[in-house]
Amino acid sequence: MLLEVKNLTTEFKLKRGIVKAVDDISFTIDKGEILAIVGESGSGKSVTSLSIMGLLQNPGRVTGGQILYKSQDLNKLSRKEQQKLRGNQISMIFQEPMTSLNPVWRIKDQIMESIMLHMKLSKKEALARTIEMLETVGIPSAAQRANDYPHQMSGGMRQRVMTAMALACEPELLIADEPTTALDVTIQAQILELLYRMREKFHMAVMLITHDLGVVSEAADRVIVMYCGKIMEEADVRSLFNHPLHPYTIGLLKSIPQIDNDSDEPLYMIKGMVPNPLNMPKGCPFSDRCEQSMERCTQEMPQLREIDGHKVRCFLYDAKEGGSGKQ
Amino acid sequence: MSEVLMDIQDLAKHFVVDTNFFGKPVSVLKAVDGVSFSINKGEAFGLVGESGCGKTTLGKILVNLYSPTSGKLFFEGKDLTVLNEGQRRLYCKDIQMIFQDPYASLNPKMTVGDIIAEPILINGLLPKNQVEERVIYLLNCVGLARHQRNRYPHEFSGGQRQRVGIARALAVEPKIIVCDEPVSALDVSIQAQVLNLLGDLKEEFGLTYLFIAHGLNVVKHISDRVGVMYLGKLVEIAPKKELYANPQHPYTQALLSAIPVINPEKKMERIILEGDVPSPINPPAGCRFSSRCFKVQESCKLQEAKLKEVSPGHFVACHLFD
Repeated sequence: MLLEVKNLTTEFKLKRGIVKAVDDISFTIDKGEILAIVGESGSGKSVTSLSIMGLLQNPGRVTGGQILYKSQDLNKLSRKEQQKLRGNQISMIFQEPMTSLNPVWRIKDQIMESIMLHMKLSKKEALARTIEMLETVGIPSAAQRANDYPHQMSGGMRQRVMTAMALACEPELLIADEPTTALDVTIQAQILELLYRMREKFHMAVMLITHDLGVVSEAADRVIVMYCGKIMEEADVRSLFNHPLHPYTIGLLKSIPQIDNDSDEPLYMIKGMVPNPLNMPKGCPFSDRCEQSMERCTQEMPQLREIDGHKVRCFLYDAKEGGSGKQ
Repeated sequence: MSEVLMDIQDLAKHFVVDTNFFGKPVSVLKAVDGVSFSINKGEAFGLVGESGCGKTTLGKILVNLYSPTSGKLFFEGKDLTVLNEGQRRLYCKDIQMIFQDPYASLNPKMTVGDIIAEPILINGLLPKNQVEERVIYLLNCVGLARHQRNRYPHEFSGGQRQRVGIARALAVEPKIIVCDEPVSALDVSIQAQVLNLLGDLKEEFGLTYLFIAHGLNVVKHISDRVGVMYLGKLVEIAPKKELYANPQHPYTQALLSAIPVINPEKKMERIILEGDVPSPINPPAGCRFSSRCFKVQESCKLQEAKLKEVSPGHFVACHLFD
C-alpha cells in the first residue's frame, strides 16, 4: 500500500458558514495502480488532491483524518520534510497547462529546478535529464524546444511539459487533476497513452481525477465516485461500469450520449442540481435528486458498505444484504 | 423533399495578423478557408472539429458577428453577403446564437427578465405592455420559473444560465439557431438536461440548428447530418449514422477512434495521431491534414483535395478517393 487516506475531512470556513468540501473519506492506492476519482464540479475531488499535496489555500483546512504515505502521516511532517516528498515522490499534474507554467521562465529552467532540488544533480546533468524527459513525453526536437517559453507552445505541448516536469524525479505517486480536460480528443488520446506508458516504465501509481467517465473506463483500475464531498461508490472498473449500484452512478452513466448508440430517444436526465454546500440536505446528499428516494433517505445519512468488494453508500442495499445490514 | 434554409458557398474568413510598412498584409490567418455546405429546414446540422479549426468563426459569420472575406451566404434564397449593414441587420432576427460560456454571455448588471426582453424591444416585436408576459412564457419554455425573471445572472447555476441564453435566443422567434458548444461548459448530469431541452424546443418551434461542438458523442445525439472541419476546411459531410458507422476521411477515422468508450471490456483499436494541429497562419501545402495523416501519399502534399460525393449524401475531401 502506497497511500492511505483515513477519514479525511477538509473544510472551508466562509463568512456564511462552514463548507465541508471533503467529508470523511477513506481510500487507499497501491503501488502501480491507477485509481480514478470521478465527480461533478463541487464534489470535492480536486480538494482531495490538494489536501494530499498540502497545497490547500486559505480558508481551506484539513480538519480531520490522516493521510498516510508509506505509513507516515503527511500532515505531521514539517514544511521541509513535506517539500522533500513533494515533486520528488509525490507529484502532480494540474488541469490548466496554460496557467500552471511560469510564463517568464524557459521551460527547461522550470523542469531543471525540481531536478536540481531533489536529485542533487549538477546543472549540466540536470539539463541532460530535462531533455531526456522531454523526449520521453514525445516533444519533437526536444533540445531546441527546451529553450522555448510556455506561450510558444500549444496546449497539448504544454500539458506534455507539465507531465515531463511531474515525472522528472520518477515519482511513486502521480496525482493527475483533469490532465486532459482542456485538450482536444486527439491530443487527449496522446496524453492518456503517455500516462499509461509511464506507469509501465516507472511502475508509479496514478490518482486520476476527472469528470469524464470515458477516460475512467479507458484508463483506470479502480474507481471512486464522489458526490458532495462523500464517496458514494467504490469498485474496480469492470464491476462499476457493468453493475453500477448507486442511483447516482447509474444516472450518470445513462445520461451520457453514447457514441455506439443509434437511437434518437431523449437522454436520461438526473433532475435538479447539486445542492448548495452551505445548505445540504439532512440525509443522503443525493436524496433530493434520486428517483428511488425513500422517507429514510431524507432523514439519515447512509453508511458506505461493502458488498463483494464493491462499496456503495445507499439504503437500497441495506435491505438486500439481509440481517447483517441492520445497524 | 427538404427545403434548403441556408446555403453556404465557398465562405472564407481571413484575419490579418501582421502588415508591412505599407499596410500590406504579410501574415494572414485563414480561420475559415472555402467552406461550402447547406442546411435544410428543420434539420440539425452538426459541425465538429478540434480547437482552432474555425468552427466558431464560421458560426459567427452566420450570425453577422464577422463579415466574410469572400464567398456567399444564402438565407432562404437571398444572398446576405451583398447586403449593406442596415439591410443585413434585418436578417439577424432570424439567425440567433447560443454561446459556449454561460458565465460570460449574460450581462451581469441586468436582470434575467431584462436580458430576455432586450431583443424583443430592440426589434420592436411587441408593444411594451405585452413584453413581460412574453418573457414569462419564454422562461416557462426553458424550464425556469416566472419569479426568477427578477434575479441576476450570478444567482443562477451554469445550467440555468444556459437556459437563459436559450430563452434570449428564442425571444425573437428565429428560424435558425447557431449553438456554439452549448453544453461543453456544463456538468454531465446538467448536459443531458440542456440537450433534451434543445431537442424539445426544436420540435415545438420548428427550429433549425447549426450545432457546433467538439464532443462527437454530443453531436451524434442531436444532429441529423454532420460536417467535420480541420484547419478551416470541411473534410467530410455525411448523414449522422453513415458518418459514425462508416467514416471515410482519415481524420474523421482518427477523431472517432480517439473518443474514450464507456465500456471497460471494449478496448478500441486506436489511431493515435502524431503531433499537433499545424498553425492556420502557415498551413501545410496541399491537403492540410497531410502533415499528420497516417495514409499520406505523395499527391497529398502537392494538391488540395476537393469534396467529392462517395455515396449518396456522403462527401469526402481526400485524395484516396480520386
